Amino acid sequence: MKWDEFFVTGEPMIYGAMASIVLVSVAIVVGLTYFKKWGYLWREWLTTVDHKRIGIMYIIAALLMLFRGGMDGLLMRGQLARPENGLLDAQHYNEIFTTHGVIMILFMAMPFIIGLMNVVVPLQIGARDVAFPRLNAVSFWLFFFGAMLFNISFVIGGSPDAGWTAYFPLASNEFSPTVGINYYAIALQIAGIGTLMTGINFIVTIIKMRAPGMSLMKMPMFTWSVLITCVIITFAFPVLTIALALMTVDRLFGGQFFTMANGGMDMLWANLFWVWGHPEVYIVILPAFGIYSEIISTFSKKNLYGYTSMVVSMVAISALSFLVWAHHFYTMGHGAMVNGIFSITTMAIAVPTGVKIFNWLFTLRKGKIQFTTPMMYSLAFIPIFTVGGVTGVMLAMASADYQYHNTMFLVAHFHYVLIPGTVFAVIAGMYYWFPKLFGFRLNERQGKLTFWVIAISFNVTFLPLFFLGLKGMTRRMYTYSAETGFGPLNLIASIGAVGLAIGFGLLVYNIYWSFRYAPRDTTGDPWDARTLEWATHSPIPDYNFAITPKVQSLDCFWNMKKGKEKLFEDELEEIHMPSNSGQPFILGVIFFFLGFALVFSWWVPAIIGGLGVLVMLGIRTFERDHGYHIPVSEIKKTEQRLRGETV
Amino acid sequence: MKVNHTLPLEYRTEENSNKILGFWIFLGAEIALFATLFAVYLTLWQRAGNGPTAAEIFEMKPVLAETFLLLTSSFTIGLAVHSMRLGLKKPTLVFYLITLLLGAGFLGIEIFEFYTYVHEGATLQTSAFLSSLFILLGTHGAHVTLGLLWGIAIMIQIKREGFNEYTANKSFIFSLYWHFLDVVWIFIFSFVYLKGLM
Repeated sequence: MKWDEFFVTGEPMIYGAMASIVLVSVAIVVGLTYFKKWGYLWREWLTTVDHKRIGIMYIIAALLMLFRGGMDGLLMRGQLARPENGLLDAQHYNEIFTTHGVIMILFMAMPFIIGLMNVVVPLQIGARDVAFPRLNAVSFWLFFFGAMLFNISFVIGGSPDAGWTAYFPLASNEFSPTVGINYYAIALQIAGIGTLMTGINFIVTIIKMRAPGMSLMKMPMFTWSVLITCVIITFAFPVLTIALALMTVDRLFGGQFFTMANGGMDMLWANLFWVWGHPEVYIVILPAFGIYSEIISTFSKKNLYGYTSMVVSMVAISALSFLVWAHHFYTMGHGAMVNGIFSITTMAIAVPTGVKIFNWLFTLRKGKIQFTTPMMYSLAFIPIFTVGGVTGVMLAMASADYQYHNTMFLVAHFHYVLIPGTVFAVIAGMYYWFPKLFGFRLNERQGKLTFWVIAISFNVTFLPLFFLGLKGMTRRMYTYSAETGFGPLNLIASIGAVGLAIGFGLLVYNIYWSFRYAPRDTTGDPWDARTLEWATHSPIPDYNFAITPKVQSLDCFWNMKKGKEKLFEDELEEIHMPSNSGQPFILGVIFFFLGFALVFSWWVPAIIGGLGVLVMLGIRTFERDHGYHIPVSEIKKTEQRLRGETV
Repeated sequence: MKVNHTLPLEYRTEENSNKILGFWIFLGAEIALFATLFAVYLTLWQRAGNGPTAAEIFEMKPVLAETFLLLTSSFTIGLAVHSMRLGLKKPTLVFYLITLLLGAGFLGIEIFEFYTYVHEGATLQTSAFLSSLFILLGTHGAHVTLGLLWGIAIMIQIKREGFNEYTANKSFIFSLYWHFLDVVWIFIFSFVYLKGLM
């Protein structure tokens, strides 16, 4: 292979990206060396097994990916802003809508949610950490290096260009001869294994490690949503594992699964992809529902309305999520009977979702509503998400779908579901739990301004796409002629996209400003909240709770504040903690190396990488990690310091 | 650390019982994984293109031998865990060794079977049927291979340390894994070989 085939050449924008990647990398290395932070980075972050730090790393990575995916989105809107625009050529446009989709779903939405899960769930159930802290670190590093592998495709070898769904035969070697789709198959595989491990880890954590007295129906709603999400992860991700493995076999070893000859079946890919892909939508939306439930209840100063029906409806959604996958390709000819059945199952999902919407509304009813930043996002979510949901029911009708299928109407629909559903939720969750992690609130004035910019720009960007879709503009077309009349609405949408970019810029400024100037919160409970995570100090000590809480009711912390129950009755005891380890990080590096070699079919390095993984497994099985104990005297000192008493 | 002495050694600490539950859930994910592979195989198995069909390449004798080896190994790993519960180190190691030898025998026959297919011109690239056959069998075979390496590592640890909360927990979890591979093989035997020869 020649060097000019290895690196992507001929595009000024990509040369710019290369230069910036090199510059940023050099800046990071120089900065770390200059400030002598290598040891700190290694000891405190790269080797950590602490769920809070892993959560923070997930969220930082997700924010970075939000900007990477957001740049893709901006470029797409830039290209479509006017007819016959020449900002991007067709190939570049194809690559950008593909990476935008993959990055936003798999490397932004999911890790952001998993990050919040990591931070919050052990605290909400009164646990010291997750069930398998080391495995948790492995999950993070597999996700991280999977994401990095996917991102370098941009400058080395070329990005995938067959859409985030990578349908065959388009994704086959015949029609996608570059290594782009290899990156897709292998990077997603690596990150997906990490996600599966997260799913298992959190199921065990929630089932086995709840504080004494916290029965399942006394769990906070966010924890419930995470439990159900993790069950979906555990049963949906293996399907993706297989689909990607078969794709890899087809592309690297000449398999015949999805080919056009020798008995292959291209529609098999579409089925496998969506058997995972539709549950995936609920993997990113159910925890968001959980976040909104916490926030709405906290800032209405009321307990959550219809707790049991909330749980039941989430279980119903999770079951239905596995029964609707064919609605993604009604038009591909599987007959009236199949389309009819999938129409009904799809529309049925609106019922439990509607139950949840009404529960939130009834929680608000007669509440003392406080308009904080997280609450603003939650209140905006309800109507905007409902628009997304109702257009979803329109799309669910198979016969009508022939009109909307693969048009901008669909694009508008899923952005109307995913942005208020997931993006607003993770931002709201970040504002809400930020003081717990860092000990101060993000500035509220700036937060609200950011909210208005993002919420308004969002609607300006995506509302026109509904009408463009109904007018017949299909998705994924890289340009259009002036005669189509698509120009004005597209221009409005593009202006909205600039507004969104400004909004996210303000968000970053908000975080930066608050780090420098925000006043410290010493209470540990700045929002006057209801659940157990607010019962410990902010920032949280390594061991989370000095004394394991004893829970008697739902909203136990609220009841404690009202003097109705006591949480911390026991004496201090020494606390057992897991030790840090560099192995998860090293394993991630090896997987990156293995994945990169596989992408380019470099067999010898790939075999070395595979052996490296086996060696790491061997080291792990022979290791005896006993962890360490924090003595009572040290816990006392830490507690006094966090309470602000002089030691 | 809480230790409950009424439970068997492998369950005794909180961490150990978490690991066992975690592994059961992992096996749930494995069921989803193999179910997907079976679905792919059953979709494609009659789409042989220009290549040979199932009835043309399957042979009963080696498959029966594989089945007997693997089913027996599932029995012996059960005996190994039973000996472990009785605290008998040597019998545990012997049964472990027999299990792994039977597993290696199974793997040997499977490799020979693959070799035969390829020599008859039935390769992964020939048809959708053969792709799905090789990947289904190969995934199971890869699990057995990993099981052999894992089993050897556990044997070394039992030999060095005897039974403690680590080795007992690992041996027990390994037995769950090994039984699971046996169950998958029963499905392969029924829905791949018997169905193919009918």
